[in-house]
Amino acid sequence: MSVASIPQPGLNAPPGPPLWLLAEVTYQCPLHCVFCYNPVDFAKSGPELGTEDWLRVLREARAAGSVQCGFSGGEPLVREDLEVLVAEAHRLGFYTNLLTSGVGLTPARAAALKAAGLDHVQLSFQDSSKELNDFLSKTKTFDLKRRTAELIKSHDWPMVLNCVIHRLNIDYIDKIIELAVELGAEYLELANSQYYSWAQLNRDNLLPSREQLQRAERVTQAAREKYGDRLRILFVVPDYYENRPKKCMNGWGNIFLTVTPDGTALPCHTAKMIKHLEFPNVRDMAVQDIWYRSESFNHYRGDHWMKEPCRTCPEKEKDLGGCRCQALMLTGDAANTDPVCGKSPQHALVTAAVDYAQVPDSARSTVQPLVFRDPKTSRSLSV
Amino acid sequence: MSTDTLDLQACPRIRKLFKLQWEPVQDAWVLLYPEGMVKLNQSAGAILSRLDGSTPIADLVAKLEAEFSTTGLQDDVLDFLAHAKGQGWVQL
Repeated sequence: MSVASIPQPGLNAPPGPPLWLLAEVTYQCPLHCVFCYNPVDFAKSGPELGTEDWLRVLREARAAGSVQCGFSGGEPLVREDLEVLVAEAHRLGFYTNLLTSGVGLTPARAAALKAAGLDHVQLSFQDSSKELNDFLSKTKTFDLKRRTAELIKSHDWPMVLNCVIHRLNIDYIDKIIELAVELGAEYLELANSQYYSWAQLNRDNLLPSREQLQRAERVTQAAREKYGDRLRILFVVPDYYENRPKKCMNGWGNIFLTVTPDGTALPCHTAKMIKHLEFPNVRDMAVQDIWYRSESFNHYRGDHWMKEPCRTCPEKEKDLGGCRCQALMLTGDAANTDPVCGKSPQHALVTAAVDYAQVPDSARSTVQPLVFRDPKTSRSLSV
Repeated sequence: MSTDTLDLQACPRIRKLFKLQWEPVQDAWVLLYPEGMVKLNQSAGAILSRLDGSTPIADLVAKLEAEFSTTGLQDDVLDFLAHAKGQGWVQL
């Protein structure tokens, strides 16, 4: 979410409200994307929240000041009560976003969601070509997605097309942009894969080379000049190619609140990997208390948890030491500096991956097969 | 910022992509759009919340001056509307 106009309080000031509620209503998904950010062990997640629980979460979050509500997953349309949840969110005054693969958005459900007050639909594509889209999601969904895009436009919803970008599709970015124009999208998010969860398992297959990335940025810039306001294009750079870390989630427990299908509340959608924190569940604790008073939401707020080099770094307010999950995944300690940072003593972990990304596939001695996100694989990878 | 392109008889409205609402928790008007939010300062909120697509800018200025018991707001309003138009928030 763009937060350009939100004043940033000091590093250790009390947090503002949880402006963004991400309601991950289910982990069930008809797609099997190789870059999915759902936890690798999603299959062992507890039972899904029921309709009444979600309605209560919406009311509590709205009262705590949430304004944006994203219905996500998995594929949120798998839930048959989605229209009920959207209607309540709309009635409460949320701006309601549906983040979907498009699978399950039938004309009847689209009409019901329109009547429920849904404000916007973000439709994901995996590529501009049927072959690659269907390969990367291990489904035959490309034609359906095109029809879904037409359906979205016919209901006069603003449409954001989201395409996760990586080594296997980045060279076709010009075609992806053309597709977005053809389908009449208002925004196109070219989101380079971030290396968490399933994408982390597939990192060597997905991280683009520098040359690929630079070409993609040139193509994107030319398209921005060509299409102007007709299509706004957001290009998210893979942070492995940066020398300073991203201010992840705009700060831990600062704006974002994710509620997972089983009711676990998280400061971001991948934080559950931080096993030493006990994240609260909305079945046991009210949203207001979770946000302001739970130990896990307070844990990485401010700078008291920081180690060197972050603690004394003049840029610590700018990036807050980067991403806790990435620090944990790559260095084993979530309180370390995100190794994307050039000042991190473990920065070589990132540069090694980047160096390997420059090796053409044909020159690689071993090529790992892609791991597709599905419940069976998830169970086999759960510990 | 050039404001001479704005016609005082034009009737600005919020663009369809945006939703303007008052947020008590933030004590501010906000503009909501797909996956984003702009928190408005007091004067921006005062102006945008009075746009209805049928009030000419000249009347809007008079209305604001009356409500806030002041004069000489025209340049500020024009400046802000030009900015809001540039941001894509309003259409004229």
